[in-house]
Parts: sequence; C-alpha cells; structure tokens
Amino acid sequence: MDMTRRAALLTSAAIASNVLFPMRSFAQETPRKGGVFTVHYGAEQRQLNPSLQASTGVYIIGGKIQEQLVDLDATGQPVGVLAESWEAAPDGKTITFKLRPGVTWHDGKPFTSADVQFTAMEMWKKILNYGTTLQLFLTAVDTPDPLTAVFRYERPMPLNLLLRALPDLGYISPRHLYEGKGDIRQNPVNLAPVGTGPFKFAQYERGQHIIADRNPNYWRANAPYLDRVVWRVVTDRAAAAAQMEAGQIHYSPFSGLTISDSARLGKDPRFIVSTKGNEGNARTNTIEFNFRRKELADIRVRRAIAHALDIPFFIENFLGDFAKLGTGPVPSVSTDFYPADNGPQYPFDKALATKLLDEAGFKAGAGGTRFSVRLLPAPWGEDITLFATFIQQSLANVGIKVEIVRNDGGGYLKQVYDDHAFDLATGWHQYRNDPAVSTTVWYRSGQPKGAPWTNQWDWTDPTIDKIIDDAATEVDPAKRKALYGDFVRRANTELPIWTPIEQIFLTVINAKARNHSNTPRWGSSSWHDLWLAE
Amino acid sequence: MRVLALAGRRLAASIPTLILILIGVFLLLQFAPGDTVDAMMAQMGGGDAATARHLREFYGLDLSVWAQLGNYLWRLVRLDLGFSAIYGKPVVTVIAERLPATILLMSASLSFAFFFGLIFGVIAARGVNRWPDTLISTLGLIFYAMPTFWFGLMAIVVFSIYLQWLPAGGFEDITVSLTGLARTLDIAKHLILPTLTLGLFYMAIYLRIMRGSMLEVLNLDFVRTARAKGMDETRVVVRHVLRNALLPMVTLIGLQAGTMLGGSVVVESVFSLPGLGRLAYESVVQRDLNTLLGIIFVSALLVIAVNFIVDLLYARLDPRITAGA
Repeated sequence: MDMTRRAALLTSAAIASNVLFPMRSFAQETPRKGGVFTVHYGAEQRQLNPSLQASTGVYIIGGKIQEQLVDLDATGQPVGVLAESWEAAPDGKTITFKLRPGVTWHDGKPFTSADVQFTAMEMWKKILNYGTTLQLFLTAVDTPDPLTAVFRYERPMPLNLLLRALPDLGYISPRHLYEGKGDIRQNPVNLAPVGTGPFKFAQYERGQHIIADRNPNYWRANAPYLDRVVWRVVTDRAAAAAQMEAGQIHYSPFSGLTISDSARLGKDPRFIVSTKGNEGNARTNTIEFNFRRKELADIRVRRAIAHALDIPFFIENFLGDFAKLGTGPVPSVSTDFYPADNGPQYPFDKALATKLLDEAGFKAGAGGTRFSVRLLPAPWGEDITLFATFIQQSLANVGIKVEIVRNDGGGYLKQVYDDHAFDLATGWHQYRNDPAVSTTVWYRSGQPKGAPWTNQWDWTDPTIDKIIDDAATEVDPAKRKALYGDFVRRANTELPIWTPIEQIFLTVINAKARNHSNTPRWGSSSWHDLWLAE
Repeated sequence: MRVLALAGRRLAASIPTLILILIGVFLLLQFAPGDTVDAMMAQMGGGDAATARHLREFYGLDLSVWAQLGNYLWRLVRLDLGFSAIYGKPVVTVIAERLPATILLMSASLSFAFFFGLIFGVIAARGVNRWPDTLISTLGLIFYAMPTFWFGLMAIVVFSIYLQWLPAGGFEDITVSLTGLARTLDIAKHLILPTLTLGLFYMAIYLRIMRGSMLEVLNLDFVRTARAKGMDETRVVVRHVLRNALLPMVTLIGLQAGTMLGGSVVVESVFSLPGLGRLAYESVVQRDLNTLLGIIFVSALLVIAVNFIVDLLYARLDPRITAGA
C-alpha cells in the first residue's frame, strides 16, 4: 500500500497538467460521425428510469435515453432541454414552463405537457428520492395547451432552487407507457426505458452490458455523433483499469477506478484523468456524531475530535490533488451558495484538542484512554476506508479509543440511520447544486427514523430549523444566499456533522473522446455532442 | 441396477441436507443488518420513510421471520423459487440467464484441470524424484499458491494489454453482432483466460493427487505380477495402474464441482463474466434473499447431480463397489 500511495503522489504533478488542459487543442477538428463508445458500469441498479431514481448509477445510462426539462450549461447555469423557457409568478407559487415543440418519444408518440404533468405528479412527487421532498408543496400541474406546463405550489417555490434541482430531479417519462399500467415501480419499461434523448435503448443483459443506439429522429440537428453507446458491467476496479488499457472501455466515470490506477493512467497520454465535468457532483467527507453518547453531545468533545485530525496531511498523503480542505456543508464549487464567511474552522491542533477534552471532564484513565467509540465507515469508496483508519489513529493520540465497525451498503444505512448503533460515522455528503435538495435534511430536526442521509444524530437546534425553513420558501435569490450563509456558519459552530474534506469525482477517459467533460454534470448528461476521433 | 439403487439412496439422503442448508442460510441472512430495502436505499442515494414502508410491504418484509421462512418453504414445495427483488423478475429466469456462462466456465476448467492434472500426474509419478517430477511439482505448487485474482489480472496484463491476443474481459464482443460459428469462436476466445485462471489452480490439486495415487498403486502386488508377466511399462501404467489410480481423482471432481460454483466469484469479477458466483455475491450485498436461496438450491441440485454421476463412474472403474453394496 505504501508503495502505491507514494507512486500516486509522484504522479500527481503529471495529472495536474491534465486537469488544467484537459481539452488540449481539439477545437479545430471536424466531428466524426459514427463509432461505439464504451462505458465502465460498476454497480448495476434495479431500474434505469431517472424519473424514479436520482442517482449517478441511473443517470449514467438513463440520462442518455431520457431528458429533463432543464440541464446545466458549461458555466453551470440552467439551460432548456425539453423546456424552452420558464417564468415564475411574483408570489413564487406558480412556475410556467414553455415546452419544446416537435419532440417525439422513441416510439414515435409526441412529447406534450401531459407527460410533464404525469411525471411530476406521479413520479417526482410520489416516488423519486429527493423529488418527494422538493415537490412536497406541489399541488397541481396545469396543461392549458400541449406545450405549456404550469406548476402550482401551496408555498412559494424559489425559481432558482427549482432550476438547479431539475437537472437531476426533472427527467420526464412517457405518460402513455405508464398510466393505467399498474404499479409504476414494477413497470417493465423501467428496465427498457423509452425517452426523447439522443440514444434509444436497445438491450440489457444483466451482469454483462447495456446497449443504446443512435436516435435518428433526435430533435437536435446533426446529433448525436455516436452510433452506439455500450455500458460494460465490470465490478472489479482493477479489471476495469485493465479493460481501459486494452481499449475495451473508453470511459470510467465517477471515480470508478482505484486512486492508484487513476494516478497511473493519468501519466499515460492515451488517457485523460480529470475532475472536470464533475463539478455538479461535489461531495464532502463527513464525520457524523451521535448525540445519544453523552461524550459526543458535548460541543467541546466534537471540536476536540475535529482539532485532533491533521486533514492537510491526510489529503496530501492519501488523496493527492483531487481533494481539498472542506469548509462546511456547502462546497466551494457551488458558486451560487458558497458563503464568503464559513464560520469557525477547526485546524489541526493536538494541544487544543487535549485541552478541550480535559475541560469537558473526560480525563485519561488507565493506559491513557479517555473513552471508547464505535466508528462506522460507509462502504462507498476507498477514501472513506482510509479516512476511518486515519481517524482511528489520530484519535488514539488524544486518548480516544476507536473501534471500526465495517458494513456493506444496506447494513451501514440500517445501523446508522435506523438502529442508531454508532458513535461516529464517516461517509460522503453529496451536494446537489442547491442546499435545499439534499443538504439541509442532514441538519433539520424531525426527520422520520430510518430515512437515510438525514439528521438521525438526535440533535435538535431551533435556530438552524428556522433558517432552513425560511430559506426553503425565500424567492429572492440574494436573500436565499444570505440565509444559507447563516446556515453554514451555524452548522460549523454547533458541529453536529463535520465536513473536513471536499472532493469532486474523478473521470478517466480515453483521449480519443471529443466534447467530453464540457458541462458540470457531464457524466449524467445526454452526450448529444460527444464524438470519437479515429 | 444395483448401482442405480445405491446412487438413488444417496440421492434421497441429500434431500434433508438441502432443506437444512436452505433454512440455515435463510436464518443466517437474517443476522446481517439491513434488508433489501436498505440496500436499495443505499443504491439510490436516499429516500423517504414512506417509500421504504411501501417497499417493505411490497416485498413481504413486514412479516415476521418465521412467517417469511414458512412462506418460502411452502413456495419451494410447489417448485416456485419466488421473485427477485433486485432484478424484478422470477428467480428462475434470473438464474437461467446466468447458468450457461457458469456451466461453460465450470466444465471447461474442470476438464482442463482433470485432463492436464492426469497427464502431468502420471509423468511426475513415472519420473519420481527425477527432473520431470521436480519441475512439475514445483510448477504445481506455484499455481496452487498463487491467488486466482492476481493470476487473472497478470494474465490480462500480459495477453490483453501487452500482446493484445485475447480480450480483457466479458463473455462476448458486444460492439459487433456475431452469429453462428463466429459467435461460438468469439465466446471461446473470451473464455480462454478465465478457464486457465480457474483451471490451473485445480490442475495443481489433481496433479498432486494423481501423482500420489499413482505412486501408491505402482507399489501394489498386482503391478509386480503384471511386470513379472513381461508386460511393457506403458501397458502396465495404462491398463493396470491408471484405472485404479483414477478413483481418488473422480472423488475430487464430485467435491470440487461445488467449490467451483462458489469459488468462481473472483474469476467472474476479474473477467466480468455473468456467472452464478457474482450473482450470489450481489444477492448477499443487496439482501435479495429469494435469489440467494434460489442459487443455493440450484447449486445444490448441480452438486447432487455431479455426485450421482461420480457414483456411477465409481462402479464402472471399480466393480468391487457394486459388489460390496
């Protein structure tokens, strides 16, 4: 392991140059039609319809077949896809979308506002994860004509919140294939999706591959360039790296390869390794504190734990160039909400950590141990496993004994969010372009027991609850930004969760690919302009 | 007929074992924290409590453990393996999709291991303690000691990345559509490396067993008699020794058919093959109880079938077994 880490560091400089100039000088080339683009698909999902499941594992496939009302453009601003324009009423309770004319589903039926109405009311509001929260106060979608959809809300819905949420939570499904066909979740179309996108679903062989072919009737002129996209199911990360080298796979999205393989391929001119195109998928490494433990309910202990960890050392030695110091629940890539002042920070200071623990009254007992805690690392990535070990060793230095308890995905969620059988937990918080989408639920009290990635820490703070509620219905963008600044400062002061590291997913892609990584959520986007050079 | 009666009795005896195994696995999985809905939430990256409740009702997870077990066994009696939570299809269909790749890989590597294990075992035994024996035994030890995943990855690095002779993974080429003989050859090409990776490990075992068994039989009285009759060495080995030395090898096949079904998870993952091993692994992670129990059921049937054939082979190789029964 030591060798690979050292190797990773030595190569970081080479990768940095790729990060800075990932597009090189492709601008003059004429796009080539044709070609098969192969994608590494690490974890198969139970279904492929992005109107029903918001996760990168679904977008990476479903996002090429189905489209949403709006996506993000190269600068991170909302741009119309199936919607051409939008307008909010001054009271914020009505938002009107004008839809794109002349768009047809892959089966030839026209796309209309009835599809938007059905998808919003039956899928986003009832089934889609995060959609159910976002659309909680959606009362109706009116369809005055086939190309107009009017969203009506019980409480004001900030337009900029909706527009930043819809790229992920705004995929449209064909009403005629779902309505009156029984349970939406069990509809076979979910595994053979029908959309309006540049690629038509062709085949799904479980455990092997998924194939989508070029849609000849796509509404964008001269798109797409590729004939076919193939997703190869490769569960072993080392095998995926080997298949990239053998040319069997062109693209491994969302940090699909190991840190050491990514670093190695970054030195190879045949590949581009970069965080570009993933800015919309920022995440922070977290430490969650369980307030049911009296030691951890003491703010001095939480701060001491934060001060006991030398985060710059960890980043430099284990994560390389692809991570940086976290400053709070809103990551620095969020240009719309990142506050100028993040409130208190907790730099490494072992003496201060020891002092805080002494003040809190947890004196070192026999063998220098003050108390013991159970730490549950989430199984989502190797960085979490490494970080858990780092926490264990760092806290041993200040007299806190850490026992690491490992679980697989289902077990982790059950133990942390339902059984509350943890003292410390460490995982990822995924930021989805607006704090109201998936961030504030980590802090707002009153979350139902068992709901994953929500406040299950037994921590209640009326101050932060009020800020969150006010911001969720504030229609003035400047005031919303200010409120989220208050939110971040309060979160960093009370520290129910610490967000010490900020990361962006890593893309490894064959250098023959052109027009890649050109939007902040490129891996999830439709790839209508992607092409392969000879 | 006597042989069939013997094998049939063995067959009947395996049914209670099968039921015990299924109940055991069912209960064991209850101890794992989280259920299939938790695993689903983990995959989705979030969801609310109402959704979770609805899903639990849908999958019948709101019932007590004993009621669930009762339901399962009752379905099994009616030969219904149930519905897979991850795949959204009947378990029978899910397994049927994966079975061809597994059986292909299993039979290819078992035949490879058996055939070459036998040949090298005989060569080593005939040249015992001389250079062929030393060379073969050393190589065997290396293959036996090498972790399969490492060997698989190294094979990919050499044959797929540097030499570019063979594909690095997958079951067939999906960027082009092949049919008939071309497709068969394509699949065969994809299976060379996985077969070698899985087969070399087992070959090492067969080789050791064959060598030991040959050496033992070579010292028996009837071999001395055969030689005394003036038979040449090749005839002695082929006609007299080999047949008797094969018995432990055949026993091993029966034992390893089961091991191979489970042990191929690593090879299937490294070479991205859609086999039963990976399906079983995924079912555990996803807490898809129906699929997991279905796989165990089918694997058990396969093992029982293989052992049935082994019993028949025994009788063919050594008539004393039938006589004794």
